[in-house]
Amino acid sequence: MDAKPTAPGTGSLKAQDYKSDLKPVWCPGCGDFAVLSAITKALAELQVPREDAAVVSGIGCSSRIPAYTSVYGFHSIHGRALPIATGLKAARPDLTVFCAGGDGDGFSIGGNHFIHACRRNVDLTYIVMDNEVYGMTKGQASPTTEPDWTGSKLTPQGPGVAPFQPLEIALSAGANFIARGFSGDPNFVVRLIVEAVRHPGFSLVQVLSPCVTFRPEQRAWKETTHADWAPEAASTDRREAFLRLLDDDGFTTGVLYKGHNPVFAPPHPSSANLADLEKGFAL
Amino acid sequence: MSNRSVSIALTGSGGAGVMTAGQILVDAAARAGWYGLMARSLGPQIRGGESAALLRLSPYPVQSADDFYDLMVAVDWGNIERFASELPLHAASVIITDPSQGEVPPIMLAAAPHIVPVPLKDVAKEVTGGRVNMVALGLIAAAIGLPEDAVIDVLRQVLAKKGADALNASIASLRAGAVQAAAIEGVPTLAPAGQVPEGRWSITGNEAAGVGALRGGVRFVAAYPITPATEVLEWLAPNLAQVGGTLVQAEDELASITMCLGGSFGGVPSLTATSGPGLALMTEALGLGVASETPVVVINVMRGGPSTGIPTKSEQSDLNIAVYGLHGDAPHIVTAPTSIADCLFTAQWSVYLAESLQVPTIMLSDQAMGQSRAIIDKPADLAFVGKRLRAEATEGVPYQRYAVTADGVSPMAVPGTPGCEYTADGLEHSPRGTPSTQAQHHADQLDKRQRKLTDFDYGDAWAHHETFGTGETDLAVITFGSVTEPVREALVRAAEDGISCRLIALRLLSPAQPQRMAAALDGIKRLLVVEQNHMAQFHALLRAYYDLPPAVKTLHRPGPLALRPHEIVAALGDWT
Repeated sequence: MDAKPTAPGTGSLKAQDYKSDLKPVWCPGCGDFAVLSAITKALAELQVPREDAAVVSGIGCSSRIPAYTSVYGFHSIHGRALPIATGLKAARPDLTVFCAGGDGDGFSIGGNHFIHACRRNVDLTYIVMDNEVYGMTKGQASPTTEPDWTGSKLTPQGPGVAPFQPLEIALSAGANFIARGFSGDPNFVVRLIVEAVRHPGFSLVQVLSPCVTFRPEQRAWKETTHADWAPEAASTDRREAFLRLLDDDGFTTGVLYKGHNPVFAPPHPSSANLADLEKGFAL
Repeated sequence: MSNRSVSIALTGSGGAGVMTAGQILVDAAARAGWYGLMARSLGPQIRGGESAALLRLSPYPVQSADDFYDLMVAVDWGNIERFASELPLHAASVIITDPSQGEVPPIMLAAAPHIVPVPLKDVAKEVTGGRVNMVALGLIAAAIGLPEDAVIDVLRQVLAKKGADALNASIASLRAGAVQAAAIEGVPTLAPAGQVPEGRWSITGNEAAGVGALRGGVRFVAAYPITPATEVLEWLAPNLAQVGGTLVQAEDELASITMCLGGSFGGVPSLTATSGPGLALMTEALGLGVASETPVVVINVMRGGPSTGIPTKSEQSDLNIAVYGLHGDAPHIVTAPTSIADCLFTAQWSVYLAESLQVPTIMLSDQAMGQSRAIIDKPADLAFVGKRLRAEATEGVPYQRYAVTADGVSPMAVPGTPGCEYTADGLEHSPRGTPSTQAQHHADQLDKRQRKLTDFDYGDAWAHHETFGTGETDLAVITFGSVTEPVREALVRAAEDGISCRLIALRLLSPAQPQRMAAALDGIKRLLVVEQNHMAQFHALLRAYYDLPPAVKTLHRPGPLALRPHEIVAALGDWT
């Protein structure tokens, strides 16, 4: 069973139809509202039947997102969203599977899974709402925090550790689609998500999503982001994509890379029945 | 010793071919109509190092080791001191030793066995292309009365791709070894099987667990290799694909268990296999399985612990983590097979329970069952196939994934079902599944998750119980797992000596079954608890959940030393 073909956005399901009636726990002004909205708009554009989509998450502010949609969801445990999404897609290739969460969930406690999900190249879309901070635990440095950020009681001198580079690592590890968006430009994020879903294999969409409570200075991201990776000019060459990253200031948005790496495919079912297999034990 | 069975230890350094010879011996015995099993004792080395093929052969069904080895054939004496204690001998034992490999180490002489020097290496040298392990094989086969035809049949199969020269060299080696057997006295010979029984299997416990998983309906497996569980996964890999299932090799056990939860959330019965350290990594996710009511099965093949412990050798010391290792109040199921053959049924039953009750189920196998190969009668298919209670949308009624029902089981929608979209959650939740911190929601959900397990009718499979001997008895042995078969053998012997005794082997370790246990213990005044770990974990579990008879004692010992039937018989005797 392959995922059902998705038609352009003229169908009957509207973005609103993909939202649940739950009120998010997020702070007013949180970037994640726009990401939620972008996911529902992308689903409407793709016209995925609600019952055929699933959003899997771990733990954190942004990981609350599945219950705010009206598709199937799994709000799991810290760091394990990707293997759950992997198991779901491998067992049910007919579904459109999203994985969503934050930078701590995905790149710290779930960092190993991130690397191997890129390598494995299962056909799913991973949306990381990156705000460079642990919000749910009230403001600690995350893997993407700058080394000199002194805003946390846990690391008052700053974390002093070079930030994790999600796009470089994704490209090195074999991710098939790599993009970055900004929650302050939600229509562009919709486009990135739609392209990510349509592209086969593992797709990473990093969305810079300000934490207005613990990182209020991130409000300035609307000035610092620049959409210089035009989706229609996405690189299909890894070397070129690496060179683009060397020139990246961390605020370039768009599609960095669209690869053609082999996509994880479950083995084709065969008609053998179990009784025949058991004959292998017979004396 | 009686001729009911013969026990053989074939030892040598890695590369000497003792495992190959042992495997051929057990296959040939099967072909000749006998039953038997072969366990492996291995050192920690990846290749090489000390190794022993430990066999017991019999015209009758047998699935556990005897008290002593009747015949030990040492191809060499490399590192024997590391595992001599696992090879109990007695005065009637015979050791075949090759003088070119040096003196018999003193540690092997404690029981004063008969020593028979046979120049195995020189005999092999006289055969063109001769091999020492084949000489040893021929010697053993001749000594115990195993027909040469049966051995040659197996060799023909094993060496099919190696050509006629290899086969002829092996047959010549075999015959050269057989000539040497004439000098050996005191090794029990087995009666030929009257008729070769139909429908038998040659299978390991790990393979049997894989078959049981498929019979139970498992169609998604996530795998991370670990000794001694890997063979469960390696058997499943090609066979699962054959029946349309999917296997993913995970990056670690945190991923393998959560991949299974993902597959199961998708409606596909899911399973993984691991051992102690892997189970420890999985416990957080198992808690998620409990809270989100996502069925999953973990086959945990126990080895010596804690930590890396003794990966290649058996122990029953993961009982505590399996029963108590989850955080929070997390009711789940723990099962244990009672024999190599029963690994099939118990795995199948575990899938059935997990699916029926939407709960994680841990099956505690162990290295002694998992990596031993036995000749068994083909297990019956008992038609336990997991049936998850599915949900369909009802017009005008919002779907409640975690509805509080009378039996605690709530209909589960799987993705693809229109109108039932919900979010599974490890956060405590309302019946609808929305996160909740309310005391009432917490109490209701804890109650239902407990109730579905305690109210379920587990039927007769909860334990194997059986009385040995005639008439009433106030004496019972209670045990679980691979220790069950030595206990059974001990009780057969005790019955022959006029001592009646009841056996209770628990297949369901958790949740407790107090009413069934009370019935099983009816009239019992003396209870012996037998288990293979240092802390007597099983005894503590019984004390926690059951009313036990007035006199209780335990026979418990850590691995890797197997509990032998004669030790159990001895423990039955003294109640002062």
